[in-house]
Amino acid sequence: MELYLTKNFGKPNAIAMAGYLKHGGYRALRKVLKKMEPKDVVEEVKDSGLRGRGGAGFPTGLKWSFMPQETDGPKYIACNADESEPGTFKDREFLEKEPQMMIEGLIISAYAMGVNTCYIYIRGEYATQTKILQQALAEAYEKKFLGRNILGSGFDCDIYVHRGAGAYICGEETGLMESIEGKKGQPRKKPPFPANFGLWGRPTTVNNVETFAQVPHIINKGASWFRGIGTEKSTGNTIFGVSGHVNKPGAYELPLGYGLKDLIYKDAGGIRNGRELKAVIPGGSSVKVLPADRIDVPLDHDSLTNAGSSLGTGAVIVMDDTTCMVRVGVVLAHFYRHESCGQCTNCREGSAWLHQLMVGIENGQGKIEDLDLLMDVADSLEGSSICALADAAAWPVQGLVTHFRDEFEEHIKTGKCTSPDSFRI
Amino acid sequence: MLSENAKKEIEREMAKYPEKRAVILAALHLVQKEEGWISQDAMEEVASLLDLTPIEVREVTSFYTMFNMRPVGNHHLQVCTNLSCALMNGRGVVEYIQRKLGIEVGETTGDERFTLSTVECLGSCGTAPMMQIGDDYHENLSEPKIDSILETLK
Ligand SMILES: Cc1cc2nc3c(=O)[nH]c(=O)nc-3n(C[C@H](O)[C@H](O)[C@H](O)COP(=O)(O)O)c2cc1C
Ligand code: SF4
Ligand code: FES
Repeated sequence: MELYLTKNFGKPNAIAMAGYLKHGGYRALRKVLKKMEPKDVVEEVKDSGLRGRGGAGFPTGLKWSFMPQETDGPKYIACNADESEPGTFKDREFLEKEPQMMIEGLIISAYAMGVNTCYIYIRGEYATQTKILQQALAEAYEKKFLGRNILGSGFDCDIYVHRGAGAYICGEETGLMESIEGKKGQPRKKPPFPANFGLWGRPTTVNNVETFAQVPHIINKGASWFRGIGTEKSTGNTIFGVSGHVNKPGAYELPLGYGLKDLIYKDAGGIRNGRELKAVIPGGSSVKVLPADRIDVPLDHDSLTNAGSSLGTGAVIVMDDTTCMVRVGVVLAHFYRHESCGQCTNCREGSAWLHQLMVGIENGQGKIEDLDLLMDVADSLEGSSICALADAAAWPVQGLVTHFRDEFEEHIKTGKCTSPDSFRI
Repeated sequence: MLSENAKKEIEREMAKYPEKRAVILAALHLVQKEEGWISQDAMEEVASLLDLTPIEVREVTSFYTMFNMRPVGNHHLQVCTNLSCALMNGRGVVEYIQRKLGIEVGETTGDERFTLSTVECLGSCGTAPMMQIGDDYHENLSEPKIDSILETLK
């Protein structure tokens, strides 16, 4: 298996321009500027089958093709480095270890879509990563990979860093645009879609950090090489982040379609303290939990959807047999309640209600009817509001109550936690 | 009042955007860096620099959790209590700091050195449990590690 994303991570100088150039960096940008028309770049990315790595898995080339070619004013790209989905810590790897890779990808994307101004929206807490990024951009300007008339091609491109300030919802692409404009990060109603009406009402494309980092590799090695990695509909490698009760938590570059079981037991070293696995959340906190007997599944979009969950951000949260699933429900429901931006009544009220019901069960005040109520409230949140945060609040609850109903019932009947050694909240 | 340097920095930030207002988060970050929190006076100053009303600035400030609407201690200990950290005993980290400093979550020590908060996921789930203090992340926390971190902040 070929590592291409993380191959140089941690090597001397990989973080600096000198190291990146030594490892073949900016060859793809040169190739694109010299030999490819913008539309050829879009076609190549389309052919590669690359799907967005921010959570929704939308085909990247197709998204780019929605951008109008000729316009009489500016178009924008925003690189989504908000990375706030609980369990997710992969974009940080790119930002900290080889930032030029995603910068090169971003410049190539800008050329492909005829964009001259890009913003990198980075979560405010990533202060260290912001400094690294600023330094990396300064080096790219110095080498004339950014600015006016890049490498004599006549193409101009600026990249600016925009720091967030703590709000999960600003990772949602229209919330992100509101936040760049200097407003509360409240998502916009769609349509109009960002490709027509984005930043300051101009055509805008938003992609994830890792999505951009894939682009130079596709340009260098070709779409068919990329299609040869992973599965038919989920191509390329990705960085899976494994956290929770494993012996070796961390970031692992692997092809999409890799087995979840192998990731947990081989790569991440199995369950800590020789315990048994109880459950896995395979794609960040917003996706449905899989009980231990359902983890024989490949980590790609279709397989996980068929298994009743989702690939999400590839953030795998592992829970051993000490884990109280009611507490998991309390923690997750609290998160979505806290992060709801409040503009849709059902999301604001519904996420609070889910949390209240979970807390009631945890505290021994739950009733058996609460389980149906939890499912009803969650169902009513799905697909009924401005953005997908409402769905993200519903899915974890639906997953937990469906797969661990016995444990919830037991908790309600005895009024207390059934796992004496569980983590506390 | 913002320093001259901060005002120059805000000017420089404006060049990145077609509209002044886009600078608001950067301006608030600068205020917080200099003053530790965002006071009503500071919001009024930012408003006048960006041609906004003070209430427009307040609306934005209060939307984002990183902006302190009240003064905090010299060191703001922000412990993650989201799932991956919770699974690795993040609650134990919170309780240990509470005992050690004699404060509850949301409180500041009498000498105004430390404020303790809990926060949502900070992107360190693979190195849980963790906390952020100022710009720095402290990961794979244990009681001895917390002791030595707090020692260096004295
Ligand atoms: C509540 C919410 C939070 C999100 N947070 C992020 C995030 O932190 N980073 C990210 O890349 N995408 C996030 N997304 C997905 C974005 O809306 C968008 O789909 C993505 O940035 C597109 O990039 P991609 O096509 O390259 O995946 C979030 C979506 C929702 C609904
Ligand atoms: S669904 Fe929730 S988070 Fe999304 S816009 Fe509506 S209230 Fe805000
Ligand atoms: S859950 Fe604590 S950093 Fe992600």
